[in-house]
Amino acid sequence: MIEKMEDQELRRKSRRQLLKLAPVAALGVFAFSRLSDPLVAAGVRFSDWASSALFRSQHLAPTFSMSDVVPFSAFPYNGYDVTDPGVDLEKWTLTVEGDVQHPGEYKLSQIQALSKISQNTRHICVEGWDVIGAFGGTRISDFLNLVGANTSARFLEVECADDYYESIDMASVLHPQSLLCYEMYGQPLDRGHGAPLRLQMPTKLGYKQAKYLETIRVTSVLKPGKTGYWEDQGYSWFGGL
Amino acid sequence: MANEEEKKLPPEPPPARSAEDASTAEIVAYIDPVSPATRESAPPVSEPVPQAEPLEEPVLVRAAYEHPLPIRITHWVNAVSVFVMVTSGLRIFRAFPTFGPKIPEKVLLDIPKALTLGGWLGGALQWHFTFMWFFAASGVLYLAYQISSGHYRTVLFTTKDISGVWPMARHYFLFGPKPPVSGQYNPLQKLAYTSTIGFGVLSLLTGLVLYKPAQFSALAWLLGGFHLTRIWHFAAMCGFLAFIPGHLIMVVLHGWSNFFSMLSGWKREPEYQE
Repeated sequence: MIEKMEDQELRRKSRRQLLKLAPVAALGVFAFSRLSDPLVAAGVRFSDWASSALFRSQHLAPTFSMSDVVPFSAFPYNGYDVTDPGVDLEKWTLTVEGDVQHPGEYKLSQIQALSKISQNTRHICVEGWDVIGAFGGTRISDFLNLVGANTSARFLEVECADDYYESIDMASVLHPQSLLCYEMYGQPLDRGHGAPLRLQMPTKLGYKQAKYLETIRVTSVLKPGKTGYWEDQGYSWFGGL
Repeated sequence: MANEEEKKLPPEPPPARSAEDASTAEIVAYIDPVSPATRESAPPVSEPVPQAEPLEEPVLVRAAYEHPLPIRITHWVNAVSVFVMVTSGLRIFRAFPTFGPKIPEKVLLDIPKALTLGGWLGGALQWHFTFMWFFAASGVLYLAYQISSGHYRTVLFTTKDISGVWPMARHYFLFGPKPPVSGQYNPLQKLAYTSTIGFGVLSLLTGLVLYKPAQFSALAWLLGGFHLTRIWHFAAMCGFLAFIPGHLIMVVLHGWSNFFSMLSGWKREPEYQE
């Protein structure tokens, strides 16, 4: 639609419309790293909040048949530091702390005595790669039940033999596919994959699924700056899929 | 251009009027202070007196309000978002620069760090997870506005535009004759804009699947699974990268008035007639 008007009139209209657009220039704050660093960190917190709201506690991640599972040799050993922190598998116990009725040391056999779940699920790394693997273990929710955990607490904290640490929202912990995993491909978990016990959660990214578990703690309060090894450096805390 | 028109104005121009009340008759009836009568009584001078041009034509500028405010806002928010999403996305891709297996990992494309944003994977993800909201919001607002206002008709590529694509492409790329321009956008522009909007929708849907493959497992399945979705997501970015240079070159070629219209909405002296 072409209109005709005096030059001044066009200038006045243009100027007024230009001013209306001006607030968009506020995005320029992202050009300054001192401002953008906290802003993008806040953006991740907002995304985490949305992810947590989006999470469906009973919706299952896809599972696969054995023919879709990659060969064991194609399942990467991926650690932040070492692939074998030298856990003494004979003397190993899982320390249970926090908001539980029966804190203490639990043997692997006590965990294995709970009903076993086998699942072929996709393991997705934050880097972008994914592998479908075969996992076996017990539901975390079953174990929390055994130790009398207060599942209305907000988080599960874990500490590992390689000094890795994680914390996970309780809704994801209680998900039916969230396992205390002690088997892969029908064999006891090997050292590279986190022997004797790791988290295996197809609703979480790989870095949430801590290996070489030593301590788990039920709590509603996380220590600031100590929420997860990678999270403390900037990864999304929720890390949900 | 603007200055020339100002010079044509008499010393004391009439007060500014809006386009509605500035009728031709009024302007023609405006009395030139340097009227022929005044000039006749003046003593003759050796140098010729500059003749003021008679105001046969009203001094009006043609202008079109091309880009309504919602379009301008979403265009610029989207421009910034696409820049951030592409540069941070390339940094994320660097962490696993292939579409093959993890074992053995073969680098498909080594993206220079200088082209990326975020410094490391975690930093890039922070940018990506922040600007995905701006990207999504600008896209959703844009589509909602275009559809509800009917403004989409100026930009949507339809079957009747197909025949016009080749003549326009021949004009741009092979120096062919310029086909007559009717609406705000020519068929080639419509094709470029419409497909880029398609890339936007694709990048958003594939991004949703990559971000939440378990929550959106049905959508992941529709897109061919997580692995293929990562390829679609990259392909959508390539679509943007194919569009942007051509878009920027065209903006430069069409000059300031065209560029400024995406800031102020108004385009001075548009090249089309209706």
